[in-house]
Amino acid sequence: MRLGFNFWLGAFLTVLVILAGVLAPWIAPFDPVLDADLMNSEMPPDATFWFGTDGQGRDVYTRILYGAQISLTVGIVSQVINSIIGVTLGMTAGYWGGWWDDLVNGLTNVMLAIPSLIFALAVMAVLGPGLPSLLIALGLTNWSWTCRIARSSTLSLKSQGYVQAAQTLGYGDLRIMFTQILPNMMGPILVMATLGMGTAVLSEAALSFLGLGIQPPFPSWGSMLTDARQLIQLAPWVALFPGLAIFLSVLGFNLLGDGLRDSLDPHMRTRKI
Amino acid sequence: MLRFTLRRIFQIIPTVIVVALLIFVIFSVVPGSFAASLFADGKRAADPQMIARLTAELGLDKPLMERFVTYVTDLAHFDLGTSFRTRQPVIDLIADRMGASLQLAVAAMVFAIVIGVPLGFLAALRPGSVLDTVTMVGAVSGLSLPQFWLGLLLMYLFALQLNWLPSFGYGDGSFRNLILPAVTLGVTPLALLARTTRAGVLDVLNADFIRTAHSKGMSEAKVVRWHVARNALVLIVTTIGLQFGSLIGQAVVIEKLFAWPGIGSLLVDSVAIRDIPVVQGTILVIVLWFLVINTAVDLIYAAIDPRIKQG
Amino acid sequence: MTAPLLHVKDLTLGVPLGRDFHPILKGVSFQIMPGEAYGLVGESGSGKSVTSLATMGLLKKPLKVTGGEILFKGQNLLALPKREMRRLRGNRIAMIFQEPMTALNPLATVGRQIAEMFVLHQGKSWGEAEKLAVDALANVRVPNPDRRAKNYPHQMSGGLRQRVMIAMALACNPDLLIADEPTTALDVTVQAEVLRLIKELCAARGTAVLFISHDLGVIASVCQRVGVMYSGCLVEENETKALFTDPRHEYTRGLLGALPRLGSRSEHGRQRLVDIDSIIADRSKLTETRFIAPRATEGSQP
Repeated sequence: MRLGFNFWLGAFLTVLVILAGVLAPWIAPFDPVLDADLMNSEMPPDATFWFGTDGQGRDVYTRILYGAQISLTVGIVSQVINSIIGVTLGMTAGYWGGWWDDLVNGLTNVMLAIPSLIFALAVMAVLGPGLPSLLIALGLTNWSWTCRIARSSTLSLKSQGYVQAAQTLGYGDLRIMFTQILPNMMGPILVMATLGMGTAVLSEAALSFLGLGIQPPFPSWGSMLTDARQLIQLAPWVALFPGLAIFLSVLGFNLLGDGLRDSLDPHMRTRKI
Repeated sequence: MLRFTLRRIFQIIPTVIVVALLIFVIFSVVPGSFAASLFADGKRAADPQMIARLTAELGLDKPLMERFVTYVTDLAHFDLGTSFRTRQPVIDLIADRMGASLQLAVAAMVFAIVIGVPLGFLAALRPGSVLDTVTMVGAVSGLSLPQFWLGLLLMYLFALQLNWLPSFGYGDGSFRNLILPAVTLGVTPLALLARTTRAGVLDVLNADFIRTAHSKGMSEAKVVRWHVARNALVLIVTTIGLQFGSLIGQAVVIEKLFAWPGIGSLLVDSVAIRDIPVVQGTILVIVLWFLVINTAVDLIYAAIDPRIKQG
Repeated sequence: MTAPLLHVKDLTLGVPLGRDFHPILKGVSFQIMPGEAYGLVGESGSGKSVTSLATMGLLKKPLKVTGGEILFKGQNLLALPKREMRRLRGNRIAMIFQEPMTALNPLATVGRQIAEMFVLHQGKSWGEAEKLAVDALANVRVPNPDRRAKNYPHQMSGGLRQRVMIAMALACNPDLLIADEPTTALDVTVQAEVLRLIKELCAARGTAVLFISHDLGVIASVCQRVGVMYSGCLVEENETKALFTDPRHEYTRGLLGALPRLGSRSEHGRQRLVDIDSIIADRSKLTETRFIAPRATEGSQP
């Protein structure tokens, strides 16, 4: 398995985001919420406030480090939920076929017909803002492609010799699915989840920006930009750095996912010269 | 072709019904009552009597099944209900905003197509060139950008610093007001189109029939015009159709950012005040719109590719 | 003796690998006379197809000609400017490929794809060209040519598609037709028809043929002379009949041994088909010597 430059750049950016989030309590110079000081508001970047301060005098650098925690939580949890839903539905639909397959297919098509951000918005409208609702909303919205991939992989794996051997040995359906089929489609599922993390982080930022996601004063990158909109004339750095953080972390997930896909995709690998 | 068209159009209907059902279910399982939240401004407790009166007035005290039947019957008459807040028919609210939204979405997509497709084409014809590298780096960056952030930066640069363009609003509907939101909204589809066009063209260039074309003594330009373009178009058209979905979703954020009076900002505002009939209606219209576009794409697809009509 | 139509002279080509050079053809030479049908036979990877692609000037990137000449009517094709080469390609030298399924553009009618030839090389208008395309289809004995011209490739059978390819290749009456395994992907019954078609049409027009196949039987039915290729070298060349009766090279004998023959049972009981115990030899070790003695097997031994 050869992994290119893109993969390693993506891995580097991802590790950077993880380190920022995990180490935030130790490396952040200030408190993200409590160290508000109106005397210090809208200070441009300097030696004390590396990325400047926001409208309430909070250190933007500190808030970005803590913001990584939220983005990572949203990215990882929502993709775990997505993958569980997508794999469970897709795998059982592909394996059992019949009316269940039709039902799952229909549901997937309906989900694909609703733009995912709109669906998340609707769920947020029902559940109200906050991190738990965000995790549910984003976890419920993006599983359709995972489901399709899981279904088609199951269909092709079902006819493989070792799966049929397991059937002949009288293994139960669930046992076959989890021991024979699931491990063999982890690659593409992992790729979908990695790419999905980027989408989830972008959606979280967008929802928080609209005031429907993480609520102030908690430091989400998206909600930091909501405040920045009013301040952009006076303090453009308040807008610049959180956006840059979103961009670089999403870029990281996307490059990582692309790199994984390229190394897994036999079509790409065998296309020599 | 006519039968195919009709069949595709009729296939929309069940999807719309299921989506309507799904939306209804989502907004019915909501904990707490809408009426209560309508009065809840966080400053004082709502008057229980007021809540009860409003609940009855909005028909929210009736059993779920009955409400659903009413909802579906109304839908069949193109009645999307009445806004909790303004007491206007939802369909009128949406109709007022539809034009601006269409304008923005179409402008963004045109921008994405006009730049993204030729860029992907040129990149594929010269793989490994500077243009190719720049396009691919640009594409993966464009796909990772939070669009509203780009919008903020563009607004800062072109409206606030350079004063070339209005920073927000619909104005008198002039083209100048459209530029910033459309460019912002078009960036992601542009990146994806450039990427898929490149991949599609590269795929076609490796096909056997391209070798046949060369063996006929055709110049590179004619090979591209006569044989590559049409084949690559199939993939490009599909991408455009799929992209419209996320474009409509993103439009919600961009409309809000630029204070663009479309259905996206209507949706966000209604979510904020929990004006559920408007939220439901808007989402339904957005889904319908997306389905119509996808059907149109399928029809275009069938017009390009003779193999489709057979099936 | 007349001048040869095509003279491939000591052709060497391969893939540059860093500073190394990975040879694919190692000094291949042969001649084709005007109107002659010449066969190149050999196993896959022996360099037959690459030879034909080099002649067409259609080699893909990493492949590079490093030595020799390809003379067509005395003109070195390798030194020809691109534009001149394009004028010859399709017009004077035409080619049929192995896969009739994928060698035609799925999104254009076959009539249009044939018509392109007349537009490109004879300056016809599309209207005229489409009419000529119908005639061309009639020439390759496609029934209902005017209706068929409006068909897309997916509406045709493999045999019909290969006829379309032939019609296309012969559209401008080329001097040389290169047929690269034209029947390999077809059913046996269709194979015979297509072969007969190529043979008759080329004979009638005086078109020379460079016929490439791994199947000696097919070659024998079309060609007057045969060259045997093995591992990037032309190891033997002879009149078709002579090659069958008196194979000189070990490898040729191996090839003949692998050919099923009618009546092989009658003489000394049953004769086994012999397989050439062949994995394609590591070419890098074969640059110096052309002999393959160690891995050839005797034709008749079990």
